[in-house]
Amino acid sequence: MFAYIVRRLLWAVLLLIVLSMVTFSIFYLIPRLAGASPETLAARYVGRAATPETVHLTAERLGLLDPVPVQYWNWIKGVFTGAEYDYGAGVETCPAPCFGYSFITRQAVWPELLDRAPVTISLVVGASLIWLIAGVTVGVISALRRGTVFDRGAMGVALAGVSLPIFFTGLVALAFFSYRLGITAPGGQFVPFSENPALWAYSLLLPWITLSFLFAAQYARLTRAGMLETMSEDYIRTARAKGLAERKVILKHALRGALTPVVTIFGLDVGLLLGGAVLTEKTFSLNGLGKYGYDAIVQGDLPKILGVTLVAGFFVIIANLIVDLLYGVIDPRVRLE
Amino acid sequence: MTTSALRDLVTRHPGQPDKEPFLEVVDLRVHFPTDDGLVKSVDGLSFALDRGRTLGIVGESGSGKSVTSLAIMGLHTRPASEQKRPGAQLSGEIYLEGDELLGKTPEYVRGLRGKRMAMIFQDPLSAMNPYYTVGHQIIEAYRIHNPVNKKVARQHAIDMLGRVGIPEPSRRVDAYPHQFSGGMRQRAMIAMALSCDPELLIADEPTTALDVTVQAQILDLIRDLQSEFNSAVVLITHDLGVVAELADDVLVMYAGRAVEYGSADLLFNRPAHPYTWGLLGSIPRFDRTQTERLLAIQGTPPSLINVPPGCPFHPRCDYATRNEGRSEEVRPELTPVEPGHTVACHLSQTDREEIWQQEIVPKL
Repeated sequence: MFAYIVRRLLWAVLLLIVLSMVTFSIFYLIPRLAGASPETLAARYVGRAATPETVHLTAERLGLLDPVPVQYWNWIKGVFTGAEYDYGAGVETCPAPCFGYSFITRQAVWPELLDRAPVTISLVVGASLIWLIAGVTVGVISALRRGTVFDRGAMGVALAGVSLPIFFTGLVALAFFSYRLGITAPGGQFVPFSENPALWAYSLLLPWITLSFLFAAQYARLTRAGMLETMSEDYIRTARAKGLAERKVILKHALRGALTPVVTIFGLDVGLLLGGAVLTEKTFSLNGLGKYGYDAIVQGDLPKILGVTLVAGFFVIIANLIVDLLYGVIDPRVRLE
Repeated sequence: MTTSALRDLVTRHPGQPDKEPFLEVVDLRVHFPTDDGLVKSVDGLSFALDRGRTLGIVGESGSGKSVTSLAIMGLHTRPASEQKRPGAQLSGEIYLEGDELLGKTPEYVRGLRGKRMAMIFQDPLSAMNPYYTVGHQIIEAYRIHNPVNKKVARQHAIDMLGRVGIPEPSRRVDAYPHQFSGGMRQRAMIAMALSCDPELLIADEPTTALDVTVQAQILDLIRDLQSEFNSAVVLITHDLGVVAELADDVLVMYAGRAVEYGSADLLFNRPAHPYTWGLLGSIPRFDRTQTERLLAIQGTPPSLINVPPGCPFHPRCDYATRNEGRSEEVRPELTPVEPGHTVACHLSQTDREEIWQQEIVPKL
């Protein structure tokens, strides 16, 4: 088991390196292959009236004149040893881990990512707990009351939940709950948990509910399907034949088998969202990783985009690793000897 | 026919006609409403069983054997108003030591399940929860009905595993079902069923999923444990060989009804129903030359939605023509052919003996 974890961790590191190469290529190599010169890339980061000399100088300062592998090497070196940047207004040191330095705001990317991460983590942790509990509960009840009004109603709402985009549900929820009824915080607020937990929860309540609505729907359908399958297993009959109370038959024996796919999807969803819940953060004006990445793309700020993409990839890889390890805990049949 | 008359028809253990049987099933009917019509899985079944005795219920797939056992255990889903899918419709009476079960609340019957009556299922791999250790599942069964702490229950589980012949029980108790072999799993299943010393044990095809050498071991085990616990055993199988091995009484089922019922000795020595003859004729024999064909029963089991009128077996019966068309119109009732042996067939006593002696015996 230990050897397996070490092996998986080594693979995760390798995957991260490949991911950084691919991401780097997308933003630095592909434009070059498509015919853009270092100067055209650099032109975006100087004033509109800049002379060709200024542009050339900027391209040189940004390192865009170097061959792409050298650029990559300098970048990856910065991650481990830190780097120094000279964008014309004096030398800036960017301590390790240096994930680059914004071409536009002249800020190091890594501290900004650290700054934004709590917002996204708060949003995702809260929402994921809500959707997991709500989705699984609704799914179980739906499966047990298949064909009833509750089941049909819940599955109808679930269909709406997976179909409606968050920028629609989010705006409607904001307009109704925050502005008409005034019972939830309007968008753009974030109070760190360490400062005031109650206010933290209050400010995030509506984003949590909106985001979890989208996911709870999927979880309810998944749980329902899983429960319908496990409830017809022979071992459920055995559990009943022992004289076990029906509630325990359902919660202990049936739900256990139905949860395996739910846990898998849950890990991957949380991993994916931790890299930035772009639409939710944008809709509710939360300054998380998703909005950071969105703004960076709008501005074409390559180091920021690269940084956010890598963080998102990191979370997905880690989530996959955790899910794979959890499999052994959940299902003894896949446990490694 | 009134219930009391039906009860009189039920064969009592010879020599003790007045003693109340431990398990008594009277005119049991289990019907399932479906979109295609009413499936009459069990349609008027009666039998009785004493402690320490084994009743073998034999029949083809779909003859209602398993449905009967689930009805005794109270494991059928009853129709619930909030559910669109209707469950089973049960009628008749099931007495466990004089206690009528069908009229009791599900909660009352649940209290009996596992404690006074337990069940062994056909496929021990799918019948055990793959997510919990074997020990956990035995401990769970024991602790439902016995208020003991986990340590005591665990020791009991280890003892039970040892008693059913699992080597190194204190180590194997923590193994998962998939880490056991088929025979070991069935032993563990039996250990689980017997963990609360049930007085009634229902074994539903306990050896069907096992290979032949393991089959014999499991049957021996059931026999030994039965004599040890003095429990009543209902053995459900399609294999007459298994019945011959274990059963004191035999009930042959066809299309949800009993067609022949009696002590195993009488039934095997002088079977009286053409369907039983067919079952006996279809047992492969190793001491015969392979050129002889098995005496298979022609046709297929009837639809339980449209059970043939009259004798349900008549479309497949070679001798249905011998009773002036009564098989097509009149449903035969179980009637005694000799003490302790009843049969539901229109053949006359003389016809039956003649066919048995002249046509069936030479071919067996």
